[in-house]
Parts: sequence; C-alpha cells; structure tokens
Amino acid sequence: MKEILSGNEAIARGAFEAGVKVASAYPGTPSTEILENVSNYASIDSSWAPNEKVALEVAIGASFGGARALACMKHVGVNVAADPLFTASYTGVGGGLVLVVADDPEMHSSQNEQDSRNYAKFSKIPMLEPADSMECKEFTRLAFEISEKFDTPVMLRSCTRISHGKSVVELHEPVTGLPEPRLVKDPRKLVMLPGNARVRHPIVEERIVNLSTFGDSLPINRAEYRSEEFGVICSGVTWQYVREALPQASTLKLGMVYPLPMNLLREFASKVKKLFVVEELDPFIEEQVKSMGIVVVGKEIIPLCGELSPGRIRAAFANTGITVEPAAPMAVDMLPVRPPNMCPGCPHRGMFYLLNRLNAYVTGDIGCYTLGFMHPLNAMDTCVCMGASISNASGIVRSLPVEEQRRVVAVIGDSTFLHTGVNSLMEMAYNNAPATVIILDNRITAMTGRQENPSSGYTLAGEEAPVVNIPNLVRALGIKHVVEVDPYDLPASRKALEEEMARPEPSVIITNRPCCLIKGECRFEKGKVLEVDQNSCTGCKACLAIGCPAIEWKPDASGKKGKAWIDPLLCTGCTVCQQLCKFNAIK
Amino acid sequence: MSDITNILLVGVGGQGTLLASEILSEVFMRAGYDVKKSEIHGMSQRGGSVVSHVRYGREVFSPVVPEGEGDILFGFELMETYRYLPLLRPGAAVVANNYRVPSPSILLGQETYPEGLEGKIRSHFPDFLLVDGLRLASEAGNPRVANTVLLGAVSKRIDIDEKFWLAAIEKMVPPKALEINLRAFGTGRAL
Ligand SMILES: Cc1ncc(C[n+]2csc(CCOP(=O)(O)OP(=O)(O)O)c2C)c(N)n1
Repeated sequence: MKEILSGNEAIARGAFEAGVKVASAYPGTPSTEILENVSNYASIDSSWAPNEKVALEVAIGASFGGARALACMKHVGVNVAADPLFTASYTGVGGGLVLVVADDPEMHSSQNEQDSRNYAKFSKIPMLEPADSMECKEFTRLAFEISEKFDTPVMLRSCTRISHGKSVVELHEPVTGLPEPRLVKDPRKLVMLPGNARVRHPIVEERIVNLSTFGDSLPINRAEYRSEEFGVICSGVTWQYVREALPQASTLKLGMVYPLPMNLLREFASKVKKLFVVEELDPFIEEQVKSMGIVVVGKEIIPLCGELSPGRIRAAFANTGITVEPAAPMAVDMLPVRPPNMCPGCPHRGMFYLLNRLNAYVTGDIGCYTLGFMHPLNAMDTCVCMGASISNASGIVRSLPVEEQRRVVAVIGDSTFLHTGVNSLMEMAYNNAPATVIILDNRITAMTGRQENPSSGYTLAGEEAPVVNIPNLVRALGIKHVVEVDPYDLPASRKALEEEMARPEPSVIITNRPCCLIKGECRFEKGKVLEVDQNSCTGCKACLAIGCPAIEWKPDASGKKGKAWIDPLLCTGCTVCQQLCKFNAIK
Repeated sequence: MSDITNILLVGVGGQGTLLASEILSEVFMRAGYDVKKSEIHGMSQRGGSVVSHVRYGREVFSPVVPEGEGDILFGFELMETYRYLPLLRPGAAVVANNYRVPSPSILLGQETYPEGLEGKIRSHFPDFLLVDGLRLASEAGNPRVANTVLLGAVSKRIDIDEKFWLAAIEKMVPPKALEINLRAFGTGRAL
C-alpha cells in the first residue's frame, strides 16, 4: 500500500515496522511529530521526557533490557543529551538503539544551525541520512539492524526539508521474531568504570573501521554514473537538489554519512575527471575525503551557511562553467514584513508590556514568550538556550551595582523550567543571587505545538498524570519569596513585579493562565469579546502598546488621526487592553 | 525537468495553507504521479508569512520549487501573493483570494496596507484570477470554505480529472463539512 507521508510520519512508521517497543523524546522543531506519530502505534510504549538527556537515557535503559528503542530530538537537543550519548557508544546496546536527530539548516525555527553529523564522528557511532520519506522509513528499519549487528547506537539524521516534506511511501508489515526483552547481567560491558571503559574503547575504534568496510557494499551507499566529466558526493536532501540542478552529474549518494565508505569513495573518485562534495553546513564529508589524499572541491564554491537549494547549487557551479548563472529573480516593491506574533489572548503579553514599562533587563529563554522580543513589546535582552534565562540572570547580577541588579528579571516557560531551568534556579537559590524570575506557566509546551509536559497533568497519550506543583518545587529549591499572579490582571502583576524586583534576594513570580490554544478539557476559557466605543476612543494609542493582533489602528481620512478597532473574530476577551484604556472606551 | 508542475501556496499562518497543500498532494498521488511537498511548520500558527511547495510529475527530486520555476501561485492573502511573485516563472498562473490581513506594523498604524497590488500582479502575470473568496463561500453556505472555492479555481488550471479532486476532498475534510466543501469547490471550478 502507498501513502503520502511526511519524513516524520515515515520515521514513526519505520519504528513501528522495526518492532520498536519503547520511544522517548522531548519536542523540538522539526522533530516533534515523530513521537506524536509513534504514539499512534499501540505496540510502542511512547512518552514525553522532560528533556533530551532523559529521553535518551530512557531509550538506553530500554535497549539494555533487550527492547528496540528510539529517542528523537532536534539538533540542539543532542547538546543536552550528549553526555549519555558518548558513553552509550562504549557500552553498546542490548536491543537496537536509534537516536533520531532533526537538523534545521537556515534556522527556520532554531537558535543555531549546528551540523549534527559532527556528533556521529565525535561519539564514534554510525549515522544514516535519508533523502525522502520512503528512505526515512527504510533507513529507520535498517538503523535498528545495524545497531544490533554492530552493537552500537545508530543516529538517523533528518532536516527540516525531510522531516516536514512529504512524499510517497510504500508501507510494509512489521518485523516478527524479535527476542523478548528480559534482564541480562553484563556489568563489565555496562558499568563504565575506568577499568571497563578502557576495555571498551578499542572495541569502539575497531567497530568504526568495520562499519566503514561494511559501508563499501551497503546498498544505500550508491554510485550512480552519468557524465565522466564530473562527479558529486552528496547525501540526504542535498542529493535531491543535486539531481535537479546538475542532472548530468555522476553522483555518489551516501545513505550512511559516517563512517565514510573509503573504498567506494576511492573507486568513485577514480572514475570521474573532476570531483565535488556538495553538502549543507559544515565541510564534514569534504574534510575526510581531503584527508584521504583525494582532490575534491567543496566549500570553495558551496555556501557554509544556510540551506542549499537547486538554485543555490546552480549559482555555485556557475563559476566552474558547469552551469549557467541563474537569472536574477524579478524585483518586487518593498512590503511590510510579516513576522510571527503572540496570539490574541496570549497570557504572556501583559507581563512583557509591564517588563518594558518597568525598564527591566530581561534575560530570556526559548518558547512562545521569546516573541516578547518583538516590537512593540521590546522586552527581551538575552536568549541563549533552554534554561539559560535563570542562570544568565544569576551570573549577570554578580558584578552589577545594586540599582542595576534590581532591573534583572529572568523569564522562562513551564516546559523550559522543567527541562533545565530547575537546575538553574537551584543554583540561584543556593548562591543567593538577587534576581527575579518569572515562570510563565501556561500549562503546556506551546511553542512546538502544545505538547503535554510533567506539569500539564496529562501524558502524551492524553491520560491523566501526576502534576508537578511548580510553586512547591520552587520553594523546595530554597526560594523564600514565591508569588502567584494572574497575568491578565495588570495592576496585580505590576505590584508583584515592583515588589520582587526591589527585593535584594532571589524571588519567583509564577503566572497562572493557560495557553489560549489549549483544547479539550476547556483549560482556557474565552471571555466576553470586547469592542471599542468609537465615541469614547480618543485615539491615544495606549492599547496598541501590547501589540495584540486583534487590535487595529484605523486612520481617519486625513491619515493623521484615527481610532482603535477590535476584530471580534480574534478577540478572546482577556481584558489586558481594557486595563490600559484611560477613557473606558473598551467595553 | 519540464514534465514537473510546481505549485506554491502562500498566505498568513493559520489561514489553512497546510490543509490545501495536503489536498493537492493527495490529488496528484491518486492521479498516479510522483509528488513532493515541503513547508515550514514552526511559525505557522503565529500569523507569520508562510509558503508551501507542492510538486508533481513523473519523478520529482527537490521538495522545494527551484527559484523562478513556479508554475502556479495559489495565494490566500493579497500582500503575500505579491511577496512571492519572484518564485514564479514568466507566464505563470496566479489565483488569489481578494483578502487582506494587516501585518503587525499596519495594526500599529506605522505602515499602511499597500495599494494597487492587484494591478501590479496583473502587469507581471496576465493569467491572474482574483477571487472574492469570502463572498462566494458565504453564497455557498459558509464563509469558512473560502479556501475550497479557491482550490476549485486552481483545479481548472491543472490538467487532472475532476474525480481525483473530489476523492481527495472526500478523504481530507470531515464528513459533516463534506457537502458544503464540494459545493464550494464546484463554485470555484465554474469561475
Ligand atoms: C534543547 C532544546 N530542545 C528543544 C527546543 C525546542 N523548543 C523551543 S521552545 C520549547 C518549549 C517551550 O515551552 P514553554 O517553556 O512551556 O513555553 P511556551 O512556548 O509554552 O510559552 C521547545 C521544546 C529547543 N529550542 N532547545
């Protein structure tokens, strides 16, 4: 049977067909839908973990028990999970263990565009890279076979265009006859004390050599001979772009991007007159090929930053005379830009308005609330990685004069707090750093599409779960001043902020309104839709300062004056704008 | 790759470009073609500018439409339609909803919605159909099926039997909304 699936849906299907028993992940674009789709298969125990390190450790544990296990994350998630990853390379696996990582070249929804292939080399484990949805499914199955055959974790690398691209997939039946999971003691292999690890390291080195030889005859590493004039080494979605942009080129399509199949590479290089590597981001393949003593052109012509595309490849090869420079795109007039915005009724909005008004220095974090950076809120000053808001605040206050210390406020969402923020707050309490922290608890992981988390009350499957009590957790960490506020109540929120910012001790403010997009269970309740009384509105623009998409400035005929208008289809009745109107014009 | 048809769907996050691109892909697969589609999910909910790529033909490689090779632009919003014209080849077809969504700077009164876009689009692309989607959808029974009216208009520019379109709509829309969507599709096809 054929279906049209996204790369993420196909990886989930591949996990099902491979007989995976346990899957764990933390959401992150573009990887999130893998686990969401895995959860549709009843044969797989799938669940959200609070962060990527935990997700990978859950999968490693399941593998030690003999089950085939899957962990999924976005590229930066591997930074968080790197610790167990490197040592799981030494222990090897019980049941097959696959880590799916989805990169985001061009940073469509990420803070950096690190190239995950480096992790495969760094941790000395093999990495497969599919080029469409069909390969996503097939490579996932193959990854489990390789994992068990070579006693190694295997990484499967996707990217935005693969994960969120759709193409036609032929479905197959799940494998049968896998051994049942059970406890097997093997402490010399699984307890990584120095004495045991020293025994394991040479095995890891030998394994990577064997895998390279294995790769020479692995069908997913495929030499396709066309022109003798030039050949291109490529993999994943880049192979698609190369086929499109340079149809005459011979190609060596690498399905396994680490370790490289040395003999196959040498053979391919010998059969073409000129050799190129076309790869997105780092010169990962190129540097290895060059170190084999093979002459190859790569980043001399191919951009280091951002995504590739057929057009960018054509432009790059125009310098070699192989392609003609693509025509410049037609020119269009400048338009107003259209960046994303917080939703109408978003409970984060009012807090950022206040932070702006109170001239706070805001150490930010990652989530929907990072949009507090945008005009007209303009209330975020730093944002590094998940959890960093609190520890950055703790660090910055240490060297500041007292009156500046007071201005430092960290903002962090509930999911991000539970991801890595807890450790940071522990540090802040332990070392008594006098900053204020706002936990924007909207009861969900909103940014990535509203996934449940340990304080949302539900599991991935939608079943009720124990709820982390955030105020109690904060107190247990040693924070003495904990205030809960309704972020739709601006005067109360302002009072809490002023008091806690003035306090020369660590303190935490927790907001208590759910994301206005949460469905089911009615965790969010829509209020009365508001309207601007056009007679009372003076056109002072105070309500525009919150940047709500439901409020629009309607200029009069002169274009100089005007009045505000609220779109009744968008308004959720949160009342934040109403509290800003001095003329009672919003009803 | 002249046997490949490239379609771009553009609009504002939350307008339904994703569902429309799903329906298109389903139509092409059912009609026996190789299909690829690509889009960016991350910001789609939050009112940002969005573009989906759908390509079909005998064998499709890249999931994104090469720059300047778009054959059909399916616009859900007028300013976004204009913004993505550079992705099209000369002589491409444009079908767009005559619908305006203000950007944040327009909401704040710092910029105004650009004037005269319709004429500018037509001067570059004479094969331009501007559809009053909201009105036609309301006449078909519900303003929410405007996208389906547009889809009907787009389908006239693609040489694929109507039965594949109807079957894909049947698969992709909830049963209780099927009848009205089929009516809206018919309205668009008749334009
Ligand atoms: C290490 C890492 N993992 C995952 C992500 C993807 N990601 C960005 S924000 C976010 C969660 C935000 O949830 P929350 O903190 O509750 O804020 P909200 O979006 O709900 O306001 C996730 C998972 C990331 N950027 N970095």
